[in-house]
Amino acid sequence: MANKTVSFEIKRQASPDAPAVWESFEIEWRPGMNVISAMMEIAGNPVTADGHSTTPITYDSNCLEEICGSCAMRINGKARMACSSLVDNLEQPIRVEPLSKFPLVRDLQVDRSVLFENLKAVKAWIPIDGTYDLGAGPRVLPQEQEASYPLSNCISCTCCMEVCPQFNEDTNFVGAATIAQVKLFNNHPTGRVLKEERLRALAGDGGIQECGFAQNCVEVCPKSIPLTNTISDISRDVLLQKAKDFLRN
Amino acid sequence: MATPRIIVVGGGLAGLAAVIKIAEAGGNVDLFSIVPVKRSHSVCAQGGINAAKNLKGEGDTTWKHFDDTIYGGDFLANQTPVKAMCEAAPAIIDLLDRMGVTFNRTPEGLLDFRRFGGTLYNRTAFAGATTGQQLLYALDEQVRRYESEGKVKKYEGWEFLSAVIDSKGVARGITALDLRTMELRSFPADAIILATGGIGAIFGKSTNSVVCTGSAQSAVYQQGVTYANGECIQVHPTCIPGEDKLRLMSESARGEGGRVWVPRTAGDKRPIKQIPEAERFYFLEEWYPKYGNLVPRDIATRAIHKVVYEEGLGIDGQPMVYLDLSHIDRATLDRKLGGILDIYEKFVGDDPHNVPMKIFPGVHYTMGGLWVDFNQMTNIPGIFAAGECEYQYHGANRLGANSLLSCIYGGFISGPNALSYAKSLPAQEGDGGHAAELTRQAGINSSLLKNEGTENPFKLWRELGDVMTKHATVIRYNKGLQQADEKIVELLDRYGNVNLSDKSQWANTSFAFARQLKNMLELARVVAQGARLRDESRGAHYKPDFPDRNDEQFLKTTKASYTGDVIGPRFEYEEVDTQYIKPRPRRYDVAS
Repeated sequence: MANKTVSFEIKRQASPDAPAVWESFEIEWRPGMNVISAMMEIAGNPVTADGHSTTPITYDSNCLEEICGSCAMRINGKARMACSSLVDNLEQPIRVEPLSKFPLVRDLQVDRSVLFENLKAVKAWIPIDGTYDLGAGPRVLPQEQEASYPLSNCISCTCCMEVCPQFNEDTNFVGAATIAQVKLFNNHPTGRVLKEERLRALAGDGGIQECGFAQNCVEVCPKSIPLTNTISDISRDVLLQKAKDFLRN
Repeated sequence: MATPRIIVVGGGLAGLAAVIKIAEAGGNVDLFSIVPVKRSHSVCAQGGINAAKNLKGEGDTTWKHFDDTIYGGDFLANQTPVKAMCEAAPAIIDLLDRMGVTFNRTPEGLLDFRRFGGTLYNRTAFAGATTGQQLLYALDEQVRRYESEGKVKKYEGWEFLSAVIDSKGVARGITALDLRTMELRSFPADAIILATGGIGAIFGKSTNSVVCTGSAQSAVYQQGVTYANGECIQVHPTCIPGEDKLRLMSESARGEGGRVWVPRTAGDKRPIKQIPEAERFYFLEEWYPKYGNLVPRDIATRAIHKVVYEEGLGIDGQPMVYLDLSHIDRATLDRKLGGILDIYEKFVGDDPHNVPMKIFPGVHYTMGGLWVDFNQMTNIPGIFAAGECEYQYHGANRLGANSLLSCIYGGFISGPNALSYAKSLPAQEGDGGHAAELTRQAGINSSLLKNEGTENPFKLWRELGDVMTKHATVIRYNKGLQQADEKIVELLDRYGNVNLSDKSQWANTSFAFARQLKNMLELARVVAQGARLRDESRGAHYKPDFPDRNDEQFLKTTKASYTGDVIGPRFEYEEVDTQYIKPRPRRYDVAS
């Protein structure tokens, strides 16, 4: 009797300029297997379902426990992490494609550096005086920590940007992940010192006004970050900041 | 003179800590990382970071932290740097707090602390169960700030291939490979700091991330850097077995009251909840009444092995035991362990709030590593190392929540030391060896691409992982270690016959992997042979044929040097600095 197998269809593209093609694979099923382990199998035996030799698949991955944010891709049409995509929970053939909103590098690998540039633009850091010993940090009540902690769980996977209808070249929208970081740092007792600069960065081109409240981001976030609430809060703060700046001028 | 230029390789906690110190002191840094630094393996650390801040009125001191660390490491660590690390720890926690790490808090708004293995004190600061993620992000944010000010240049998506060493044996830069364009380049530097993490991949599946191959350490080892205590590999007692990797279940699960048990009767078919307390074997609590479930990791790992393989009590006859949190209320679990319980549910499908988790030991941490002096410099001038890739802070077994500390501390020490070394470095002669090293690397690359053999590198890697896991982890026998070494020699031979199924020059992951594999094989010999030579049991290194610690012969650091010969590394032994705490027997079953 043949062993139970799992069917995959994987979108391949050798380089940004090369044509995209779909390749099918039949992988031996094992209990608990995820999409990553299937691609590891293919690397060890790069042969398609119809017996043609091919190349191992290029994809980003690192921790494989959904905390590094590397292996985001589209699986059966949904943006998600490949490591936590268990084969048994997916309809077959399992269709795997790269994220569509970012420049393609090869196969399932895309360039998501735009998020890190956005984090620079909003100064997503605490401007400490220095690393020498300056004593304890500010007191933070448990309720405040519990409000901040979910925001600091963002793994920069960019799934929220992938599914956002407004995240495209026409709007230059920064996306939900960056807005959540603005809230995180604006809430911090020391981080607040840059609050106005961060809000102004979100008031310009591609800023928070581009959000269309489609709410796709909050549904797709693998870390269940309260993204839409966060966007509402920061939208209000940005409007207040604009009003303040208007009155000042 | 011109501002010194330092290269840091690796963007986990140690690398980022070094970058911050150098940039703050006015140096220029080039930071190289295979992955965007925010995705480095430090992100996986869960439970917390140790510092004797004594905020629980227990009378904890940095000396007790020092003593627990030395004792936990079975006296193999040099005591001077460990003492300094423990003394620096409280200020490091304060700094991380000031950087905005979302540490858990007490009702008064102070840092909360919990208990971890190998200590009787609440000494571990934590941010839920994602402490490594929070710490990495805090340092990443500070580095991004320096990057935006032009003081740091990041080379993300570049893999370190080798050091550039001049005719006098002094480091003058690195060669690296752009993993997208496959461009090979050399980069000049006055000093380099390797912060390239652990070597879990030589065991196939481990708790480590994909990039933790030890390739960079092995590359400089093959260029003459001494590798120390390679045999000291930590197997974490509580992992979730998986097809692609072993996922860690944090020690904090036990720190917050998790209990390890198996049914007293082999093959007990009753539903878990119907097995009464009296018929559950809480073996850690019975065998180690003082520390209970919080014995150090090597002790817990061997106990689980014994229960499964000697007493035949694994759950359903499988190599698994229960780690039970289901007696703790849901709100507490969510507040203190939320992140890791979600992971278990996501990857296994059971909810640990309701049912015990099924766990088994897995390779987790590399105590050994590049040999460094107390300034974090290796034996090659200008090559520094910090973090898990060096050997200094954990002896033969690491205590939980000491890794994040040692990474940050090691980074903080190596950065300024590299900078002051660089300031007094004489100018290089000629090109400092750059052209020759580039030629050597280009030769390796082209022969790998031209090879028309029959071996698949991913399959060779699997064989390496299987043999290393079988012979060089929890229980070690000299015969098995010998077999492992012979197998590695065979794999090295077959490596010469490797055929890449992808020969393209764009984002070719098989090519990068094949280069790592060669280095993994060379380093695996250091582990296997080092373990064979250490005929004693100490910390994580356990040989049933030599069950006791033998201080007379082996209270020594193992130092391996590359020979290029088929016999393998050359070994020598160095006295351990034990000037503060006299070695004493290490026992967790009775009060000591």
